[in-house]
Amino acid sequence: MASDYVIEMLHITKEFPGIKANDDITLQLKRGELHALLGENGAGKSTLMSVLFGLYQAEQGTIKKDGKEVQIKDPNDANRLGIGMVHQHFKLVECFSVLDNIILGVEDTKHGFLQKDEARRKVMALSEKYGLRVDPDALVSDISVGMQQRVEILKMLYRDNEILIFDEPTAVLTPQEIDELMEIMRGFKNEGKSILFITHKLAEIMAVADRCTVLRKGKYMGTVDISGTTQEELSKMMVGRDVRLTADKKPCKTGNVILSVKDLVIPSRTHNNNAVRGVSFDVRQGEIVCVAGIEGNGQTELIYGITGLEKVISGNITLKGKDITHAPIRERSMDGMSHIPEDRHKHGLILDYTLEQNLVLQRYRESAFQNKGVIKAGEVRKYADRLIEEFDIRSGQGPVTIARSMSGGNQQKAIIAREIDKQPELLVAVQPTRGLDVGAIEYIHEQLIKERDNGKAVLLVSLELDEVMNLSDRILVMYEGEIVGEFDPKQTTVEELGLYMAGAKRQDGKEAKAS
Amino acid sequence: MSEKKKLSENQMFISVLASVVSIIIGLIFGFILLMILNPSKAGIGINAMMTTGFSSLDQFGKVLYQSAPLMLCGLSVGFAFKTGMFNIGATGQYTIGAFCALVGGIAWQLPWWVCLILSFIGGAIWGIFPGLFKALFNVNEVITSIMFNWIGMFLVNLLLANMPIMLASAWGASNSDRTAALSQANPGAIIPKGGLDRLFGNSSWINISVFIAIIVAIICWFILEKTTFGYELKACGFNKEGSRYAGINANRNIVLSMIIAGALSGLGGGLYYLAGTIQYVLEKKTLAMGFNGIPVALLANSNPIGTIFSSLFISYIQVGGSAMQPNFSSESTDIIIAVIIYLAAFALLMRGLIVRIMKGGKSRETAVTENAANVTADKADSMDKDDNKEAKA
Repeated sequence: MASDYVIEMLHITKEFPGIKANDDITLQLKRGELHALLGENGAGKSTLMSVLFGLYQAEQGTIKKDGKEVQIKDPNDANRLGIGMVHQHFKLVECFSVLDNIILGVEDTKHGFLQKDEARRKVMALSEKYGLRVDPDALVSDISVGMQQRVEILKMLYRDNEILIFDEPTAVLTPQEIDELMEIMRGFKNEGKSILFITHKLAEIMAVADRCTVLRKGKYMGTVDISGTTQEELSKMMVGRDVRLTADKKPCKTGNVILSVKDLVIPSRTHNNNAVRGVSFDVRQGEIVCVAGIEGNGQTELIYGITGLEKVISGNITLKGKDITHAPIRERSMDGMSHIPEDRHKHGLILDYTLEQNLVLQRYRESAFQNKGVIKAGEVRKYADRLIEEFDIRSGQGPVTIARSMSGGNQQKAIIAREIDKQPELLVAVQPTRGLDVGAIEYIHEQLIKERDNGKAVLLVSLELDEVMNLSDRILVMYEGEIVGEFDPKQTTVEELGLYMAGAKRQDGKEAKAS
Repeated sequence: MSEKKKLSENQMFISVLASVVSIIIGLIFGFILLMILNPSKAGIGINAMMTTGFSSLDQFGKVLYQSAPLMLCGLSVGFAFKTGMFNIGATGQYTIGAFCALVGGIAWQLPWWVCLILSFIGGAIWGIFPGLFKALFNVNEVITSIMFNWIGMFLVNLLLANMPIMLASAWGASNSDRTAALSQANPGAIIPKGGLDRLFGNSSWINISVFIAIIVAIICWFILEKTTFGYELKACGFNKEGSRYAGINANRNIVLSMIIAGALSGLGGGLYYLAGTIQYVLEKKTLAMGFNGIPVALLANSNPIGTIFSSLFISYIQVGGSAMQPNFSSESTDIIIAVIIYLAAFALLMRGLIVRIMKGGKSRETAVTENAANVTADKADSMDKDDNKEAKA
């Protein structure tokens, strides 16, 4: 009966100084099973998978393959045992072709020259068999994120792995791509491959997994059969308390128009076409307007244009009736615009600055914080202490913690504290919950709704349809740089939005592209 | 809380220990090299290297005197570093600064402090170009400033060759390959000794330049650490996009930071050539002083206060090196100085090593440890909070 389980990780304990990342965790993977590993950020999922993949060595516990104990000292050992992994951040060489990436490390050579024909045949056969559409000669830098993921999957298949680990595979995909991935994963299961699937999205687990192992703060919470459980039960196991999966909202009371965008055209940095092609909309006091769409359809550039990070080609932006189309960033900020940026490391924070320095990043020039160009260190500290207290920003050394050393959730909280405390008229938030765990997401959603209830205008950009449906009072769908539909979240469905996001439908009567 | 404090004290201790260990290793390597070059004199050589600076007040005066231009070049490189720019053009700015100071002193017969202001302005002008090219056309400042090193050096040579009044031959000396000695041309342009010569046993070297340099270093520290201007400059250096997001005009700051860096180097040139001990020689090579500013800044991790000490250190071994000279050629002393400076720059690496040794052999996991430590920071902090609450209660 031992061979019932293809992989067993028994009583694994992995300690880092000061923390038990994994404390006596047992995970048993059956042959031909789709097994989900669920937990918040920092629960120890990645550590456990790194132990299995040979990146870390556990202090205690054993790993068994087909009932026999094995030692996995590095990823090569894992490979030999047939274990493959798709990392959350893909490990691809950008300037190599798809085929080169797949064979990298296991190339066939003859007299020192690469022999790629056989490899190409094998890759194409695998691609055909599992419906993993890729162009073997395209450069990785040119293909979509979805295709990059398929390349990663093909890498595992090319190495004849039979235990496939997926680390948060759906974070970067559209709803349709997610469905496709789920289908592919089911295909692997039917082939007898075993799949470990790390996630914190409950709906996906309910949709595809057979069983689910839940971790919380490094501890093993149990393994459950999906057929006998509910989303609520899983989330309670994961967080340790009841979590509201939907945000409470009062009906919205809209006031004056705060932001008005008219016929906006913005260039793209990645291709020659314009990224935003004639977009118009208004955002009023007391409402959350959400721009939904698949990544790369111009949302990023639209926000860059509105916030001043990118110059616009034509069109108008008005904030409280004032034309700010060409205003510098600081002027927009002083006129009441706050911006929670998409990339918190690139834009949101000066990572090598301390927390307090980051908290005054938008306000250090105000007379409260400086006198004739000399920073009032005492005032900055007082202000930082207040925000840290109010927004519950946790860090190693309080206000003098270097921002780089803080966890992602707390970095985001710091940005949100800074931008909300500025008392903006317009709050622009781009993917404010990306990569955060359930607890932090809940908190950030509450903050956004609070701003809306205080009569602020909120413009939200999100790729997560659940978030879009939950938070927004109006939804604008963007496709290829245009707004192709406007919806009331109460009168639409995720599936409907998905069709618009993929360009299969549009509201303005223009012919939709056949897809 | 108490444990955390201990750790930070430890870190301070570890930094100092790491620097000392690196310097000792550098000296050992230097000694090995001396053994290879001239075994019989190696002992005398290393002794000269290590003790000359303190051997007499005169020599110590020389250490201080040489450290002033080094300090300013180090401040120049470090200031630009803080804004994310690599100012490899310090030598060009230094040369232009020296030229401006000398023109003020010899041709225009101005007092020393006006000459210093001229050198400051000259260097600033030479710093504008790499800054402007970077800000407007995104041309890498390394390329521009290297070119401007050569342009600066040849321009100065060309101008001097066409300004007969500047040359020593116009003031009663026979040679026309160098500028006039200030003692003959304009004693008023020589930086005063401020009575220091008496304190330093009638040292011919010492003057007030080292104090000017230290004051400038403190001003630099104040600007960088205490003002909104410094806050903006460093923000640009750490994360240009992030500072743009905050509404900071990154391009303006790039230009300003290069102007300041240039002015600092230029002032260094003024301080050195207005000491009255040296004449500018028309040669077809760039001056080493500006380049020496790079290790000075690196050793100090671009910290202005640290620069004071790193420039004194480098000046000290340079003075020691020149005392080795009859026994060892100037080339070999340069090699040994380079080795010592090079190894001193290993302090950061040494720090990691010392931490590892102190923690006892868990070398392979140090990188991982840091990550985990970040993760734990949350927990630790929430625990700290609880502690505080208890303390208050």
